[in-house]
Amino acid sequence: MTTPVLEARGLSRAFGHVRALDDVDFEVYPGEVTALIGDNGAGKSTLVKALSGNLAVDTGVIKFEGNPLQLTNPMQASALGIETVHQDLALAPHLDPVQNMYLGREVMKKGIGGAFGFMNVAEMRTESRRAFDELGATVRSLTSPVGSMSGGQRQAIAIARAVHWANKVVFLDEPTAALGVRQTKNVLETIRRVRDKGIAVVFISHSMPHVMEVSDRIQVLRLGHRAAAIDTKTTNMEELVGLMTGASTRGVA
Amino acid sequence: MTDDVRDADLKKAEFGQTDAAGPETTSINMAQSKETALTRLLKAQAFQILIVLIVIVAIFSALAPDTFAQLSNLRLVVQNASILAVLGVGMTFIIITSGIDLSIGSVLVFSGVVSAIVMRAMGGDDWGTATVGIIVSILSGLAWGIFNGLLISKAKVPPLIVTLGSLGMALGLSQIITGGVDIRDVPSVLTNSIGYGNIFGGIPIISVVALVIVIIGAIVLHKTKFGLYTYAVGSSEEAARRVGVKVDRHLIKVYALSGALAGLAGILSLSQFSTTAIAGQSQTNLNVIAAVVIGGTSLFGGYGTIFGTVVGLFIPAVLQNGFVITGVQPFWQQVAVGAVLIAAVYVDQVRRASAARGASTSLWRHFARRNNK
Ligand SMILES: Nc1ncnc2c1ncn2[C@@H]1O[C@H](COP(=O)(O)OP(=O)(O)OP(=O)(O)O)[C@@H](O)[C@H]1O
Ligand SMILES: [Mg+2]
Repeated sequence: MTTPVLEARGLSRAFGHVRALDDVDFEVYPGEVTALIGDNGAGKSTLVKALSGNLAVDTGVIKFEGNPLQLTNPMQASALGIETVHQDLALAPHLDPVQNMYLGREVMKKGIGGAFGFMNVAEMRTESRRAFDELGATVRSLTSPVGSMSGGQRQAIAIARAVHWANKVVFLDEPTAALGVRQTKNVLETIRRVRDKGIAVVFISHSMPHVMEVSDRIQVLRLGHRAAAIDTKTTNMEELVGLMTGASTRGVA
Repeated sequence: MTDDVRDADLKKAEFGQTDAAGPETTSINMAQSKETALTRLLKAQAFQILIVLIVIVAIFSALAPDTFAQLSNLRLVVQNASILAVLGVGMTFIIITSGIDLSIGSVLVFSGVVSAIVMRAMGGDDWGTATVGIIVSILSGLAWGIFNGLLISKAKVPPLIVTLGSLGMALGLSQIITGGVDIRDVPSVLTNSIGYGNIFGGIPIISVVALVIVIIGAIVLHKTKFGLYTYAVGSSEEAARRVGVKVDRHLIKVYALSGALAGLAGILSLSQFSTTAIAGQSQTNLNVIAAVVIGGTSLFGGYGTIFGTVVGLFIPAVLQNGFVITGVQPFWQQVAVGAVLIAAVYVDQVRRASAARGASTSLWRHFARRNNK
């Protein structure tokens, strides 16, 4: 079997008395969709934050392409090609979609203009439009602040941004939570397309049909610990629900 | 259907576009990009406040055509607003980051005092001395700005407190340095040029300096990465930080900018009044903040323009001048400016509330909708 592009061994993280992560293992493989499921408060978002440089862990090892490393900030993860759509999206509400897409990675004008800090707005706009179209995202206007857009549109922008910049791993923390039927289909389609480019996708969702539809592998978190790691083809929804609630156990890694 | 979607549809109809033109994003976006710079301008709060200013000017012009509506009077108003404009540029950047700088008046005085002392010690009355004085003044202001910025970003003390503290410190130190006595030795090359000199056949040099600062400030804020980061930090510090914007460093730069501009204002003031005027700047910070807020910059950060600040400066300036000329007790100016200030913040609240609902942010439409109910 190939080496996981990203791997966690024995991660623990406590918030006061709450053990959000309790000796959890996790791995994602290139060109696969890994679904991460679990009840509310199971630690899914916490795990994503730990693996994307947004949260320090108390103990445990994170390996990228087989090499252990310390992830101390999100830029380090970005530099490795790891992008994240957080549950709270983390867009700047007063900036427009293009500015959000390129914030921190602006395309500067060539030559003297760039040296004075002038940006190549035209190119950023063209590229953003391409990225949104590719996603089939309904973005009303590239020049209105994203704060004035609907939850679904904002989500589409956040996803487009992550997919645009990632070349190794994309974490999507409940990306379809605010979306309509058509947009959800688009996102699931995007997930497949990103996977087919050889990028690892980690998909967090409470919707078992979506998980069954799009994932290759499922990892179940329960009370901060991995309850199961299974091949999607060998399971069904009833079993997943049982694993999440602790009613059944199987294949614990 | 929401207003904006209806807008897009209307525009599509107007420009004969159909959805068949391509994916939804593109077609809507093409329709939107037809939204000219003009329509966007009409929606801006800065523009609405400009209309208020024009109305005020029109009223005073009608009341006193021979005195108010004269070029010489306009010149006076512009000249008096110049120093505040320089300060307003820095304050706009700061308020867009959702910060505040109360120290600018004191920093202005401090920079003027240090600069005056250095120039007096050099003893010359030539451009060499004056140049040193200008540099010293700007650097003194810059130092205070960096001091503010470091405490705000690194020590996490709220801007209100840090700059209230440096307000007192800068003013106190100015009085200690001078023994509380204003210094009146200012090189005449400065007073004759920046002070009350004119160029281009009657335009005050001090106003030209201010205009240059305003234009550079507007370009930096609206066209450069530095400006974009200023909005980003004020809009969502967390979002900015997560994508790698060095928020702390940016805040230090913004406060440093405000400090340096206060330093520049220090030398301008010294030139204009030929004195350090230690006691003369106690209201400056509030006047500048009021102008920025009247101009539509949001105290909550993420939103604002330099153009708005300039318009916001002229409302109090014109009111003051107009009241004096028309014989109204000038105290009414404070009453009127206070009312405009509150109205401006109210408008900002309305705008933010409707933005939060995802609705149109146009003020006109807000009132139109209310009346329709
Ligand atoms: N910053 C924090 N401070 C304190 N407790 C936290 C913090 N972040 C997470 N927790 C706690 O850690 C546990 C796991 O939270 P997490 O957000 O990872 O759950 P989740 O699986 O993503 O849930 P959901 O499905 O609701 O998004 C919860 O009990 C939560 O209260
Ligand atoms: Mg979560």
